[in-house]
Amino acid sequence: MFWTSWFLAVLAIVLAWPVPILLSRAQWPARSPFTAMLLWQAIALAGGLSMIGAMLVYGLEPAGDNLLAGLRALAGMVFNNAPTTALGFWHIFALSAAALLTAHLVFTLLLTYYKIQRQRRRHRELLALLASPSADGPRTMVINVDSPVAYCLPGGARSVTVLSDGLMAALEPAELRAVLNHENAHLDQRHHLLLWAFAAWRQALPWLPTTRLAQEAVSSLIEMLADDVALKTESKATLIKAIAIVASGSSGAPGARMAFGEPELSDVEPGQPGATGGAGSARTTASRVSRLLSPQPPLPEPLRAAVLAACLLLLAVPTALLIVPGLLG
Amino acid sequence: MASLGELERAVMDLLWAGHEAATANTLRDLLAQSTRAENGTAGHEGKDLAVTTVLTVLSRLERKGLVERERGTRPHRYQAVSSREDHTAELMHEVLGSAPDREAVLARFIGSVTDTEAETLRKLLGLS
Repeated sequence: MFWTSWFLAVLAIVLAWPVPILLSRAQWPARSPFTAMLLWQAIALAGGLSMIGAMLVYGLEPAGDNLLAGLRALAGMVFNNAPTTALGFWHIFALSAAALLTAHLVFTLLLTYYKIQRQRRRHRELLALLASPSADGPRTMVINVDSPVAYCLPGGARSVTVLSDGLMAALEPAELRAVLNHENAHLDQRHHLLLWAFAAWRQALPWLPTTRLAQEAVSSLIEMLADDVALKTESKATLIKAIAIVASGSSGAPGARMAFGEPELSDVEPGQPGATGGAGSARTTASRVSRLLSPQPPLPEPLRAAVLAACLLLLAVPTALLIVPGLLG
Repeated sequence: MASLGELERAVMDLLWAGHEAATANTLRDLLAQSTRAENGTAGHEGKDLAVTTVLTVLSRLERKGLVERERGTRPHRYQAVSSREDHTAELMHEVLGSAPDREAVLARFIGSVTDTEAETLRKLLGLS
């Protein structure tokens, strides 16, 4: 029990700090974004699991030989008033911290979900009044805005992709198809669920480097995944041109920013460094374009298999450490 | 004029175009007029629209914070809370803006780009 808790604590620290920093600097995720995405998810899940697990195992050490026995003993103390003398101050402290952290994570996840849903509903209500359906299909709407803007608003069956008049005017039909395919890929691959989970993770533990790095990496990886879908039907040149036109229009178009009061970078709320579409997504656009301009081959099969194996190990090891001794004993 | 959604849209268009408060009766008449204009003939569909339906639509819009009632007058007069342009700006602020959780709410084709970066892109493509 003692060594288990230390091992889990070390794993939690490694996953919270050095590993995400190394992964965020690595070049290979742009080559195999899907594999990298799985790795980020495994790091986040294993990190949370080992953090909570370490505290739980440490706190329950005097109560039982393994986690299950310890939990049973703890339940006896809580519900049946069994004597708690076995637990020292630090054990109770660790148990309370584990319970608080778990509750905090679950609560933040739900709160973030509620906030996101509320904003999307409001957005959809306004779209229903302001935007008109497009000829491109039922899931596409056009809004009367001069600067080139394209985005998708997820919402199950009511998911919608919104294009601006300015965008329709600026792009050739093939470029428009590339944009639409890109946005529909976000919806089809349920990218909003990933963004939700990682946004909540960051909201819950903003001081942990891994949460910011993971959210930035995931935002950038889903763009690459969506680009890859767009490339299945449209040429690379078409997609690059679409990106460039939208990017230069949304930044340089005279009046575009004035008209809609787009916040300048200086408007970024203090205390939320990098929390914005500012620097982070500018890097994303740059890496997307350079990835399209000088394409690298995907990671070789054995390396991808090794990363997948690492993902499985990351999830299996803490889980096994927590549960297996109880099943054996 | 089938669904409530379409009616909401039609009522908001009238309020945005009118710039002043209107009663449910006035709105009903205006809706009937525009239906007749669309059909070209003096159709009777417009008359099928009951004032209570218009009131239902108005209370839905009020709940969504899009119209407000002038207190103290009978019958109530309704007006749009903000102009169409303001609402469009509100949407675009959400789309282009920098709210921390914006990325989770909606996914933009291109995130914000700095001026220098846009310049580089333009040069890259010879768009200038």
